[in-house]
Amino acid sequence: MSTNLRIALRFLTARKRSMLMSLAGIIFGVGFFIVTQAQTSGFEQFFIRTILGTNGAIRIEDKIQDTIFAMAAAGHDAGASKFEVRVDRSARKYIEGVEDPALLAEALRKFRNVAGVSTVVEGSVIADSSFKNDSAKVYGINLDDHLVVSDLAAQVQRGSGSLEDFRSTPQGVLLGKVLADRLQLVVGDSFTLQAGTEQRRYRVSAIYSTGVSDIDKVRIYLHLGEARSLLKKTAGASFIQVALFDRDRAPQDAVQMEEVLRHSTKSWQEREESWLQAFKALQISAALTVSTIILISGLGMFNTLAMIVIEKTKEIAILRSMGYTRRDISRIFIWLGAIVLVIGTIGGWGLGAGVTYGVSKMPIRIRGIFSADSFQVSWNIWHYVVATVTAAVVVMTAAVIPARRAARLEPGDIIRGTSQ
Amino acid sequence: MSAPIQAGAKVALRCEGLHRYLGQGEGRVHVLRGVSFEARSGQVTAIVGPSGCGKSTTLYLLGLLDQPDGGSIWIRDQLMSNSSDLDRTAARCEHIGFVFQFHFLMQEFSALDNVMMPMRKLGRLTEEAMVARAQSLLKDVGLGEKGHRLATQLSGGEQQRVAVARALANQPAIILADEPTGNLDVKNSGLVFDLLTRLAKENGQAVVLVTHNPDIANRCDEIRPMRDGEFVK
Repeated sequence: MSTNLRIALRFLTARKRSMLMSLAGIIFGVGFFIVTQAQTSGFEQFFIRTILGTNGAIRIEDKIQDTIFAMAAAGHDAGASKFEVRVDRSARKYIEGVEDPALLAEALRKFRNVAGVSTVVEGSVIADSSFKNDSAKVYGINLDDHLVVSDLAAQVQRGSGSLEDFRSTPQGVLLGKVLADRLQLVVGDSFTLQAGTEQRRYRVSAIYSTGVSDIDKVRIYLHLGEARSLLKKTAGASFIQVALFDRDRAPQDAVQMEEVLRHSTKSWQEREESWLQAFKALQISAALTVSTIILISGLGMFNTLAMIVIEKTKEIAILRSMGYTRRDISRIFIWLGAIVLVIGTIGGWGLGAGVTYGVSKMPIRIRGIFSADSFQVSWNIWHYVVATVTAAVVVMTAAVIPARRAARLEPGDIIRGTSQ
Repeated sequence: MSAPIQAGAKVALRCEGLHRYLGQGEGRVHVLRGVSFEARSGQVTAIVGPSGCGKSTTLYLLGLLDQPDGGSIWIRDQLMSNSSDLDRTAARCEHIGFVFQFHFLMQEFSALDNVMMPMRKLGRLTEEAMVARAQSLLKDVGLGEKGHRLATQLSGGEQQRVAVARALANQPAIILADEPTGNLDVKNSGLVFDLLTRLAKENGQAVVLVTHNPDIANRCDEIRPMRDGEFVK
């Protein structure tokens, strides 16, 4: 153990009470920083899982209509001078839907990051049970394809029917829970769907719940062929839902897909930008709020160390007379800060992890943008790293100033002052 | 009465024409007015004089704890008065031991740790050797059994004896003592002075002490009286 550290450890006990208060502040600051970050990012991650499980990572819909400029650029002969005319995205025109979904799906599967592709035909209908009728949206899907790009399998809860029944029943439907409640339908019941003049009867194979009320109150899944027939959309598709291996690369993949496939392509980050920004703002706000605890502890730490410097001037002078350098004196006080930082940070980690675990077990009923029955937390090492870095910056800044002051003390002046 | 100066003894410490001003503006005082002095190995020199005559200021300059406004200081023939803070600090560590009026022990440490403090900084001995030397020095000052006591658990005289042991820890060439007995009763004063001079002489160290006590001064090898910032003899 270095002599400076040895001296710092002894100095640590010089002002026990105020040192303990500073230490407690750092423990609480680091701990609550971790807890708030675990919660906010926990809910954010849960929200992301929900949106990926319902609408997928990327959605490809309307075809981009080539403009005159674009066509001129595309029509150059090989060997001729090449030029590119980029049309502002907001000024683009689109042709509704996907003209050749099979071709597009085949092209999509060639992208390395694509995990699954599902063609969807969408249309508005009126759902009519014997109890009441309600407007709804039909989603015609190929079940196996759609299971890859969504969490539909998990969204069908136990006792709410089965996907096998849907698979084996051409007239079977998967009904959102809110819509099923409104229409007072249960698994096995039949009801009619009306699209324009076309009216057909279907049977509820299963009831699903995504937790997103906007989906659960309107969305009805039908077999793709059945949806085409009901909506009279014999060809094409409304959109293609894409699942990715690496969801975080969705924006880059979406840009590439749009360039290559000439269809409007939106990543989940773009689709849910406003919600994601709200979560980010909440996360930053919570971090800033809780950082004030660390900051106040840092001020307390600064005050304590400054008092120790004043109290220990004689000891500093005698150490200097014995040959301890200004750097040694400075290091003693830096060590003091570092010791408190290490103990405070480790204590804060423990507190943060313990409270995070406790909070994750707390019941809370959330419905709306997602469905949760308990607090959602995210166990992320970066929360601990950021809390530690924040505490380190505050505490070490608080230690450096008194340390520099201690190092500047002139031993002759102190001893002369004491002797007089 | 002082003993005759041994002409052949090696000069451990020397200064010439030291000037020092303290204070600022109208309160600026010319404390030292061209002080010249030398201390020889194995000899004890007392600097005496009335309060405020510049005794302690001279001692702090000689101990490289302060910098002169004029003049030169040599430690073992090496000019130190214009050297950097780092060089002066290193010289203090290796060549100079201090004993102050107030013992200035580190209160949170044991007597043994206090004595080991200069050795730890110098870093020439192993931990075991440092412990052995510290124990030996404490035994020399009559505190062999109290090495593990905290400084606060020792009497004033005992604390000053620990300070003497600490000053001798690195076997410095020069021991500078500022009123080392000023805070002690007669019995302890004699004890501490005897210890300091005996151990220093045994090791051939130059001892310079500032004192108001004529009995102590008379027992030194040389007495240098000071008045108004100058040696008068």
